[in-house]
Amino acid sequence: MALAETKEPNPEFTRKVIEAGGKTVNLCFQCGTCTGSCPSGRQTAFRVRKVVRRAQLGFEEDVLPSEDLWLCTTCFTCYERCPRGVEIVDIIMALRNMAVRKGYMAEAHRKVADGICKTGHLVSLRDEDKALRAKLGLQATPPTVFSDPKALEEVKKIAAICGFDKLVQTGGK
Amino acid sequence: MAKYAFFLGCIMPLRYPGIESASREVFKSLGVELVDMQGASCCPAPGVMRSFDQTYWMAVAARNLAIAEKMGVDGVMTICNGCFDTLFEVAHKLNHDPEARKKINRILKEASGMEYNGTVTVRHFVELLYRDVGLEAIKAKVQGGKNLKAAVHYGCHFLKPSNIKKIDDSERPHVFDDIVEAAGMTSVPYKDKGMCCGAGGGVRARTPDVALKMTKENLANMTAAGVDVIVDCCPFCHLQYDSGQAQLKEYKIPVLHLSQLLGLAFGLEKDKLGLEVHQVKVNL
Repeated sequence: MALAETKEPNPEFTRKVIEAGGKTVNLCFQCGTCTGSCPSGRQTAFRVRKVVRRAQLGFEEDVLPSEDLWLCTTCFTCYERCPRGVEIVDIIMALRNMAVRKGYMAEAHRKVADGICKTGHLVSLRDEDKALRAKLGLQATPPTVFSDPKALEEVKKIAAICGFDKLVQTGGK
Repeated sequence: MAKYAFFLGCIMPLRYPGIESASREVFKSLGVELVDMQGASCCPAPGVMRSFDQTYWMAVAARNLAIAEKMGVDGVMTICNGCFDTLFEVAHKLNHDPEARKKINRILKEASGMEYNGTVTVRHFVELLYRDVGLEAIKAKVQGGKNLKAAVHYGCHFLKPSNIKKIDDSERPHVFDDIVEAAGMTSVPYKDKGMCCGAGGGVRARTPDVALKMTKENLANMTAAGVDVIVDCCPFCHLQYDSGQAQLKEYKIPVLHLSQLLGLAFGLEKDKLGLEVHQVKVNL
């Protein structure tokens, strides 16, 4: 895949990436240690070096819609090995935060986020879970937001203040 | 007696509660008191939630940290790499960035009346076992049992990013292996031992086939080393190896969280370990 369809660098977008947490993006000199260390890139065409380059040049239309952005497992191996101290995971997170606001949100991820909006947890509490917990001598309903409606309201309120619930409901569109 | 707020997270209490009962028993026997965090929530998970909105991610994490702060404990302890990453990284950001702290506390206060004050230490249970409990105290509890060949899987977010976590060398770590060996097992070297299980960063939810390819590569490397058991320190890696093998069908290596392995070594009743929900049968 070509690095980009975009021909002109856009420093304004690069500045936004930096402000959103990717403050080390311009330190990258494209050596490729990241790509060589990437467990996801071993299995796919994902090349993390290219993601960083697109962010560096401000190629917004090439980087935000890209599936590549979502193939990073955030394992931090590249981050650890980068000879320039580029905080690559932070750059990817900044880009993902921008991508979802443009509507680039997978339904599978939207569902996960919807779960936390509704219950405060990522995983559901089923009757079989309660039964097993009781059998193990644990409180059948965990002592978390699951057993404290007031606490759940607090978590929901954080989502409302941040606009997170709306982001999830609309899929960023 | 050391006393820690016990952060449960999501996958352990809801899908592998045996890890929770084993953790409670193991820490009790080692003289560490674990206290429940009433009203805690998801950490929130660093994969999807941080990817969507870092402000929300930090504010919910700050609420969990603030709950622990009010408990008068020595710190908050988690048995999950994902929860550890969120709680540790958010605490670190809020402790070092006064502007971010002000912004997050404004949200937290409006939502809950609480504030994060930067007084709580975030501990990963493996690091707490190694540094505070110590290998000798663990050895003293071991009741004998089988010497199993273990593939130790550190996962990603226990040690990394190492510039802020400062627990062990992220390329050649030893703390987790040392505990497994103190429990009477042999930690076996295998190819690409530090590699991700494949599940993190939202990859398992969005592209499960890609996640599974990474899992498979790890399983092949572990099999080549002739291991009896995979030992993890994270319920999400645990889920990925356990359910991943059920999907792949060609591997049947039992998967134990370190708390369960220590439970076995300490002679806890097997009923307390919740092994019946594991998809790969555990017959050790």
